[in-house]
Amino acid sequence: MTALYPLVIIAVVLFIVLNLAAGLVWVERRLLAVWQDRYGPNRVGPFGLLQPLADSVKLFFKEDWIPPFADKAVFVLAPGIIVATALLSFAVVPLAPGFVVADLDIGLLFLLAMSSLGVYSIVLAGWASNNKYSLLGGIRASAQMLSYEVFMGLSMLGVVIIAGSFRLTDIVEAQRKVWFVVPQFVGFVLFLIAGIAEARRLPFDLAEAESELIAGFHSEYSSMKFGMFFVGEYIGVTLISAAISLLYFGGWLGPVLPPAIWFGIKTLAFICLFILLRAASPRPRFDQLMAWGWKLMLPLALLNLLVTGAVVLAFS
Amino acid sequence: MLSLLRSLWEVFRHGFQPRITIQYPEEKPYLAPRYRGRIVLTRDPDGGERCVACHLCAVACPVDCIALQATEDDGGRRYPEFFRINFSRCIFCGYCEEACPTYAIQLTPDFEMGEYNRQNLVYEKKDLLIDGPGKYPDYNFWRVAGVAIGGKDKGQGENEAAPVDLHSLMP
Repeated sequence: MTALYPLVIIAVVLFIVLNLAAGLVWVERRLLAVWQDRYGPNRVGPFGLLQPLADSVKLFFKEDWIPPFADKAVFVLAPGIIVATALLSFAVVPLAPGFVVADLDIGLLFLLAMSSLGVYSIVLAGWASNNKYSLLGGIRASAQMLSYEVFMGLSMLGVVIIAGSFRLTDIVEAQRKVWFVVPQFVGFVLFLIAGIAEARRLPFDLAEAESELIAGFHSEYSSMKFGMFFVGEYIGVTLISAAISLLYFGGWLGPVLPPAIWFGIKTLAFICLFILLRAASPRPRFDQLMAWGWKLMLPLALLNLLVTGAVVLAFS
Repeated sequence: MLSLLRSLWEVFRHGFQPRITIQYPEEKPYLAPRYRGRIVLTRDPDGGERCVACHLCAVACPVDCIALQATEDDGGRRYPEFFRINFSRCIFCGYCEEACPTYAIQLTPDFEMGEYNRQNLVYEKKDLLIDGPGKYPDYNFWRVAGVAIGGKDKGQGENEAAPVDLHSLMP
């Protein structure tokens, strides 16, 4: 029976994450509509809740077309990578105390590594499509990922210093007294910005940029291959939101309600923030993005790390 | 940076404002009285057909969707023998209404004309003719026109002087 326990956890996590990713399509469309004085999809089922179902049925019945000029093997592989890496990183995310697939002692590093691997999917998709817009999208994605990955890791080192562990469970438990958003506010802001860039969401969706690159890396993708990119993006958003609530907002800690509910509420709140950012912010130019990353964010992250380290050292 | 936060807040506030969307099949939108929708043929206040089959609407129509055939009744009053509008061609420009000298053809605030069969979009006179005078309740063309028809001779119209007897015009 105990041998089956990890399998049950894996099944539950997969069920929650995949359903959430599908449901987020509806959530995003509804929320965007709400902020634009519209209603959004409200016809399919109660409150339009069956919209994701209708969407996925539609996607499945679309023609699955591989362009004759594409590099077939890589073209097929690319959408799988983004979903696989995003799902893999959920292995270390504890939904509640003890409810985690693999409680690695380097959980945070694993999470970072997996979410960085996701960029291979974008670059390979852009390359294999053999299309100049896709290639431009891929190039942008890799450059953006390189520059934002750097201070993403640096910004959350402050949390690691205070908690004294890379294990996500330990980091959450270290927030019993006060959430890390208070002592690590700069780190939180930096991590949020880097997280948006990491999930390639607006305003940092320069790899897609419908208006300039006609959907960038996935221009040539159709049917469920396109759907995989979609699901991968939403899992990425969920992952970053979960990471923010774990690292800075005490994860499952909270009064009255059960831990898993608290974790869900916090994660959903950040997902909503992601969608609000999409609704309200314009897309920067690519050189602005780069300049921000290297000239502003990186020094700030280093400074934050330095100060945090000094303070922890002084008080220990 | 601050302006970004402000626009975030402004967009968030929009979530609590009234919706602009009209939930169409349940909620009907307000259509102005002069909305250019389904075309009708109207009648005089006393119930006669207004259309005098002058073909001006058919001439004015940029897509040639109006077809009609003129004829006369026993009293010499012109009317269309048939009057056909092909709504699968009609672009609802309203030129026919502007061209009509008798206010007979009018556009109405109704657009719900969907059909499964294209042939059903061809409206015949019985589909077009309504029982009322439409937008001009008091206007009666034959009453003011100086034309003799059955039951009304020359000089009997409104504001019309009796015809001059030519033989009385002496140099």
